[in-house]
Amino acid sequence: MADPKKPGFFRSLFGGGKPDPTPAEDTPDAPAEARPAETAPAGPAPAGPVAGEPLEVPERVVDARRAAEAPPTRLPLPIYGDAPEPPPPEPVPPVIAPPAPPPVAALPAAPASQPAPVPAAEAGPKRSWLQRLKEGLGRSSNAIGGGIKAIFTKRKLDDETLEELENVLIQADLGVKTALAITERLAEGRYGKDVGGEEVKAILADEVEKVLRPVAEPFRLKPEHRPHVVLVVGVNGSGKTTTLGKLAAKFTAEGKSVLLAAGDTFRAAAVDQLKVWGARSGVPVLTRPTGSDAAGLAFDAVTEARAKALDVVMIDTAGRLQNKAELMNELEKVVRVIRKVDPSAPHDVLLVLDATTGQNALGQVEVFQRSAGVSGLVMTKLDGTARGGILVAIAEKYGLPVHFIGVGEGIDDLEPFKARDFARAIAGLES
Amino acid sequence: MFESLSDRLSGIFDKLTRRGALSEADVSEAMREVRRALLEADVALDVVKSFTDRVKARAVGAEVVKSITPGQMVVKIVHDELIATLGSEAKPIDLQAAAPVPILMVGLQGSGKTTTTAKIARRLKERERRKVLMASLDTRRPAAMEQLKVLGEQNGIDTLPIVMSQSAVEIARRAMTAARLGGYDVVILDTAGRVTVDEGLMDEAAEVKRVTEPHEVLLVADALTGQDAVNTARAFDGRLGITGIVLTRVDGDGRGGAALSMRAVTGKPIKLMGVGEKADALEDFHPSRVADRILGMGDIVALVEKAAAGIDAEKAAKMAARMGKGEFDLDDLAEQLKQMQKLGGMGGIMGLMPGMGKMKGQMAAAGLDDRFLKRQIAVIQSMTKKERAKPALLDAKRRRRIAAGSGTDVADVNKVLKLHRQMADMMKAMGKKKGGMMGALGSMFGGGGGMPDLSRMDPAALEKMAKDMGMGGGAGGMPPGLPPGLPPGLGGLPGLPGMPRMPGLPGAGKGPKKK
Repeated sequence: MADPKKPGFFRSLFGGGKPDPTPAEDTPDAPAEARPAETAPAGPAPAGPVAGEPLEVPERVVDARRAAEAPPTRLPLPIYGDAPEPPPPEPVPPVIAPPAPPPVAALPAAPASQPAPVPAAEAGPKRSWLQRLKEGLGRSSNAIGGGIKAIFTKRKLDDETLEELENVLIQADLGVKTALAITERLAEGRYGKDVGGEEVKAILADEVEKVLRPVAEPFRLKPEHRPHVVLVVGVNGSGKTTTLGKLAAKFTAEGKSVLLAAGDTFRAAAVDQLKVWGARSGVPVLTRPTGSDAAGLAFDAVTEARAKALDVVMIDTAGRLQNKAELMNELEKVVRVIRKVDPSAPHDVLLVLDATTGQNALGQVEVFQRSAGVSGLVMTKLDGTARGGILVAIAEKYGLPVHFIGVGEGIDDLEPFKARDFARAIAGLES
Repeated sequence: MFESLSDRLSGIFDKLTRRGALSEADVSEAMREVRRALLEADVALDVVKSFTDRVKARAVGAEVVKSITPGQMVVKIVHDELIATLGSEAKPIDLQAAAPVPILMVGLQGSGKTTTTAKIARRLKERERRKVLMASLDTRRPAAMEQLKVLGEQNGIDTLPIVMSQSAVEIARRAMTAARLGGYDVVILDTAGRVTVDEGLMDEAAEVKRVTEPHEVLLVADALTGQDAVNTARAFDGRLGITGIVLTRVDGDGRGGAALSMRAVTGKPIKLMGVGEKADALEDFHPSRVADRILGMGDIVALVEKAAAGIDAEKAAKMAARMGKGEFDLDDLAEQLKQMQKLGGMGGIMGLMPGMGKMKGQMAAAGLDDRFLKRQIAVIQSMTKKERAKPALLDAKRRRRIAAGSGTDVADVNKVLKLHRQMADMMKAMGKKKGGMMGALGSMFGGGGGMPDLSRMDPAALEKMAKDMGMGGGAGGMPPGLPPGLPPGLGGLPGLPGMPRMPGLPGAGKGPKKK
């Protein structure tokens, strides 16, 4: 998706947030109404009603549906895909502000320690995470940009220079092959000519963007699927559950009825973690005790969602390294079982990739695609020093759509993926 | 996925026929490949640079030992240097301090801190008989404290009772007090995951460190990390002064270059590595294993362990008993074939073996993939119980029936039978001289049994067997003896070191050591 408004939009994205007062006022009570009881005790321990056995789910689904319906009306979160203009910044922070304090392990603790939620109180939140995104992306771009400047302050574009440029890309995790390919394209027609640092940055951004543009696809829920079944997969610790929690909030805010299925029945307390996320956005969570069969849970979740004609059912899965054949088989089984309820499901299989991951991410994409039919990617942890350049290599090799990037731990720290921004930020161009 | 370094180097040095010392030109060309291999293994760029410089200095002028190729020589030098850099001697967790000894766990989100905390606690409790208290200072991630508590319950380790709404520093203080009062030897403080650019959180960690004065500050880092590993390690070390690194997800198929990067930029030892999801999947750091992986040399030790893990010990014991008596029926054969499938099929096994990268492609080209395993199993499954126990029953008519039933043709059925006959013969032969071999295998498989040992098989017989299995087509380009022997001898993988001519195997003393 090309962005029509260049400097303006980019600036708005990076140049600090606009408070967006309206939703901020509304939201506080929205979640509060929806589930007053739960928020208080919340903490790491699951919110009362949302916790519980799978058996109670049916009713819970109903309640939560009602709850879920309530907020949407007042905070119409733009669908990232549909309304790209005012992307995440505006709407999101308000949503998080109220729920964050109570459930997040209610820590009156160290305010300093919670960058995201705490400042949420005022208009700050969006600003803070944009800031962090900028910092996160900026780190990599600074490194790259700095490198480029050092190389290119007016020099001939010769082999040595190109190799240095290639090194610089390698340091962003683009991988040797992709870095070579990009520097080669960069050299085409320019070899031997004098180039300035700024110019090279722009060219670099263009080259990176060219690779990323085709994969920057907004995530769309298809109304013809009821429910739209989303399966979230990935290696351990990549951020699946957190991403799911953020997605639930996003869809709920869009007025969709959502069911979460706590399919990570392996890791200790993973179920509780998702329950807390469910409570934050007032979404019911279908659970089974740790150690249960994940496929059975997925089956029940889809069946349930279908019976209630919910809009979306999102199924979490346990983290698994892609070289564990038996775990990948288990994942295949989950997909198979989901198809028993709805042959067209899962309609989206999101692979969650950690931005700090190096070349192994390529293998993750390959194997998860084979086993679970990955339909799109989410890259998390772009708020740190990691550069996520592997995404460029993945885009070039697999061409899988990239839907979102995760830029923090707050409920609103999920952004649509924008090729131009990503590419320009990587190249160290900030406007 | 990646070509191994030895494959690449052999390409370069194939041109080189002369022997003697390595010239600077040879080495420089080789270093380009070394550099690329290291980068593909996610070793950070500046670390790669200084590393290749060091290797180059050592390699230029090095005498090439007669029996090996220059490529192998370079690989060996690289390998040695890698191990030297990674730290050759193990540095265990240091508990030499007044009890309770605080250990602080830090790292990025999702690096595996909580799981590792429980693993370390369990290890200290079981191996060193320490009384351990775990406390989660993670006030951010939902249910993080709960997670540690559950892990504590599962492993019989005490956790600090959860008090909501305390700050990390308060919890840390409370943990230390509780540990002193409760007479604990060790307190492990699990912190929230944090990005290093988050000043607030880094301050918090520094404050926790100041308050608790931990004896060990362990950075938990994902082995799959890319170039960012240097930033992470530098930031945590600079800010908190880490005393060691725990590498997690070493059981993944990442190349693990992050280990080298982090070790190189911090100079801090890698103390432990996480090798699985279970609570006991924590091992001392093996520099040679990681070095092999970084070089893309495959990991024979990993292969052996994978085999050990994948093979059902009970079944193996049963089979060993039968084989001890020289019995081996078609059910046993099917069992072996299934074990192979479990290990990830041909591709999976090949990928783990050094120098097999190329061969994987050749095998695929020859249509030799996992389907042939499946087909053979199908043939056996289409037999009656009686037939499986007594293959002599199988006349032409029965064979036709089996072929039809399994969707194969009679020739396939015959191949399976022939394979079985050969293996049964071998079993018989081995049954007679069991003792040594069975003992050795038994220990490899954790008390379970084993199957025929490749190293004891006659290469000619192996090759013949391979042909019979329908591998003939692709066998041309394979090194003699090795891959053809694989399928039937799979159970014998532990015998690998005895295998002839492992291409590019650095050094010799790399037997299958079990921990």
